[in-house]
Amino acid sequence: MAGKLKIRVDQDKCQGHARCKSLAPELFDLDEFGNAHEVGDGSVPAGLEDKAWLAQSNCPEIAIEVTEE
Amino acid sequence: MSDSASIMPEHPPVTDWVNDFDHTDPTWTENPFPIWEKLRAASPVVHTERFLGCYMPTTYQAVKEIAYDTDHFSSRRVIVRDVRPEITARAPPITSDPPEHKPAKQLLLPPFTPDAMKKLEPRVRAICNELIDEFIADGKCDAAARYTKHVPVRAIAHMLGIPEKDGDLFIKWIHGILELGIKDDNALMDAVREMTGYFAGHIEHRKQNPTDDLISTLMNARDKDGNPLADEHVLGSLRLLLIAGIDTTWSAIGSSLWHLAKTPADRERLVAEPELMPLAVEELLRAYSPVTMAREVVKETTVSGCPVKPGNMVLLSFPAANRDPSMFPDADKVVIDRKENRHAAFGLGIHRCVGSNLARMEMTVAIEEWLKRIPDFRLDPAGKVTWSEGTVRGPRQLPMLFGKAN
Repeated sequence: MAGKLKIRVDQDKCQGHARCKSLAPELFDLDEFGNAHEVGDGSVPAGLEDKAWLAQSNCPEIAIEVTEE
Repeated sequence: MSDSASIMPEHPPVTDWVNDFDHTDPTWTENPFPIWEKLRAASPVVHTERFLGCYMPTTYQAVKEIAYDTDHFSSRRVIVRDVRPEITARAPPITSDPPEHKPAKQLLLPPFTPDAMKKLEPRVRAICNELIDEFIADGKCDAAARYTKHVPVRAIAHMLGIPEKDGDLFIKWIHGILELGIKDDNALMDAVREMTGYFAGHIEHRKQNPTDDLISTLMNARDKDGNPLADEHVLGSLRLLLIAGIDTTWSAIGSSLWHLAKTPADRERLVAEPELMPLAVEELLRAYSPVTMAREVVKETTVSGCPVKPGNMVLLSFPAANRDPSMFPDADKVVIDRKENRHAAFGLGIHRCVGSNLARMEMTVAIEEWLKRIPDFRLDPAGKVTWSEGTVRGPRQLPMLFGKAN
């Protein structure tokens, strides 16, 4: 079994493409400018792991980090 | 002949693409993909003496390096043209470099968030159906002239708070700036002058009659010192929103319908599995990215190991980057449910298209509503598909027949 996943959006890299919010709305939120940040502390609830990886692999700015705890 | 004094001689046809490329050549306009493949095989950066000297990065990596490097590459000129006259008409933030870029961009971002677009979506859905009502009984239409053009015209007019019926004027100005303007400075300056006068009138009217549209948002904006924006800034941003909001999405919706018209398998799959639409829209954006930007080299540097010298422009082809097979497996194939897709259709880095969420919403809604009403359609063999030239690529004539082929 893989460990629990954690996501983090690098605020210096994010340019607000909003691909993550579209693919994984449970895991990402946007600020008033449309830039993304992780929901809560970035812990990925069980069952949403695929969405975390999908968001990570579609970010044009490579701004999303997914780590296994 | 004095009227045409600014028109440069017609460009000689290209025979050596690698050393003499020309993005206005009819061969490129018709089908640029094999050309990009040839250029990419030759070098990550190619050069032409045309346009007073211009580079083109051919790989995703080289495009990305340039997009991220605002020290060596300026956005003060964003169209590759035959002439490089003194810059008079700016369009912040697209023509801004750091540090001016960020505050100009942040003013425009809140009205274009995905949440803001959700509020606009019902209006766009209604626009699409009003348009389809006008031609569906005919059993055929030129989809570029009757449908794909009007969706973005009406949507951006709605956001700006200007009359949708002025759409023909907008289209004329945009043609003057983005297409004719590459070779004809008068056409560009005339269009800029007319647009500026048009928006100046709308601003004047709002001084007495405040509104809650995008024009008023810009008029009411304050800089970090609490001062209103200079008139030239407001007018420049308004010109940008109109220019960038129309041709681009017109092209993206048109290319999408063109693809679906000639690819029954993808069309049938989208009708049967509408939940695929978000992935499909991204893939259509990747495969048929409409927008090619430009930069001006301001300091000597290297890109993917290739030397790059000041005095040259750069044709920043996000569409070519999106066809790079080292980044996208089966890059020249439309994979309608492609899962991993870091396409750069809306640019990379600080100049990410401010209207990307609007464009996506318009594309999604326009394709969805079309497929609901006209699930079967094909290119009309009696007509001819034509494509726009230069900066923004998409179908400008798109003759379609509705219903199943016999």
